Amino acid sequence: MDNILEVDHLSVRFGPVEVLKDLSFHVAKGSSLAVIGPNGAGKTVLFQALIGSAPSEGRIRWAPDVRIGYVPQMLDLERDVPITGVDFLRARVSLTRGSGSDVAHILDLVGISKEVSKCMIGTLSGGQFQRLLVGFALLGDPSVLMLDEPTAGIDEPGQKQLNELVRHLQEERGLTVLFISHELSVVYQYAMDVLCLGRKRACFGAPKKILTPELLLEIYGTPVDYHVHDD
Amino acid sequence: MTIENLLLSITMALAAGLVGCFVIMRRMALAADALSHVALPGIGIALALHISPIFGAAATLFFGGLLVWAVEGKARIGTEAIIGVLFSVALAMGSMMTSGEDLIEALLGGAGVMTWPEISFGLVASIAIIAFVVTQRNKLIIMLVSPDVARTAGIGVRRLNLLFLETFALTIALGLRYLGVLLMGALIIIPAATAKRLANNLTTMLVVAVTIAVAATVIGTWLAGWLHHETGPLIVTFAAAFFALSFLRR
Repeated sequence: MDNILEVDHLSVRFGPVEVLKDLSFHVAKGSSLAVIGPNGAGKTVLFQALIGSAPSEGRIRWAPDVRIGYVPQMLDLERDVPITGVDFLRARVSLTRGSGSDVAHILDLVGISKEVSKCMIGTLSGGQFQRLLVGFALLGDPSVLMLDEPTAGIDEPGQKQLNELVRHLQEERGLTVLFISHELSVVYQYAMDVLCLGRKRACFGAPKKILTPELLLEIYGTPVDYHVHDD
Repeated sequence: MTIENLLLSITMALAAGLVGCFVIMRRMALAADALSHVALPGIGIALALHISPIFGAAATLFFGGLLVWAVEGKARIGTEAIIGVLFSVALAMGSMMTSGEDLIEALLGGAGVMTWPEISFGLVASIAIIAFVVTQRNKLIIMLVSPDVARTAGIGVRRLNLLFLETFALTIALGLRYLGVLLMGALIIIPAATAKRLANNLTTMLVVAVTIAVAATVIGTWLAGWLHHETGPLIVTFAAAFFALSFLRR
């Protein structure tokens, strides 16, 4: 399988602090990569380096004509900013000269009602806003979807819905998915490869190889339990 | 008041109302006041060279915007902090270069008759500002929600940030001869702040901000002529009255 992303010897430094050091991994087209690791390990910084918003050294090579849809972590938005979900999605459509029916289709796809889409984005619940961000990313017809802790702060049914939505989209559209998660059971269930960022070292491989009690203890510094779904 | 002056004041108010919406949503309200002081050294230089102060002010505001943008990119500190530093330095330099009377006129607006170059510059700049906000509003919305999301949507975030800062600076320069740079900050902020309270979507916010800015400008100008009073303070007082009235709604 062709690689859609190849990363060689990637390092990211903010002043004297080296957040990522000599990181190498690859992502196959149509696959899903989970990025795990303790807080402060540099998972979000890695995503920012991959989209070019954090300065980095080393080599990041995306496949030609790749289109990235990025869903960031929970954003700190004022509740009273008068931008509605529809305003936000229409803004994206205007960049690609799409139509209003694209917005209606995406709202339907990500499960946001017409009423909710007319609410100001600062008043949406965590789950509604994350689904809106996924919808925004999909409007760009991405070949890669990057999700930074998409289910953080969302209730259990909401998490399940969002995970199922991403899996469904991946199957239907052949998307490559890169996601950051602290939910190891979700990682085990959805990821084809796992990149584990530890404080001392990073490791990369299939979930069965990475998600072992010994390796998780080394990476997190404490025993980590997770539940493996049988489906 | 001549037709060209009326036209200029209305286009200027339109520009201020539109830019103000994004200034308010980007939490840069105080930056409008601070940035306005950056005009002072330019006014001093322009007066020394016997050219219209508006051109000197526009020049230093342009470099002020460029400096804020450059330092922001390198130092990773907030725009407000950089503008705060720049404002203090500009105020110190401006007060050394400008006499007391000129300073008051630049800050609070003056009566004098506007020259054709000033009117032409004002009209062209106002139309350019309006065109920028109208054509770039969707990109500005996306950047407001998340610069990272904007970047992956193909938006040149750094470039758009620079253009926005320069548009903001130019809007302040516009008010120099009419309201004074200090009061222009108020015309940018107050209508937009009022609109933010009243609106529940972007289009409504833009329409309300522009309506209040134009209404305050026209009523203030008309009343100033009638009362033989300075225009700027009356315009800002009317804008503030609209803001106060907005509290009746909720």
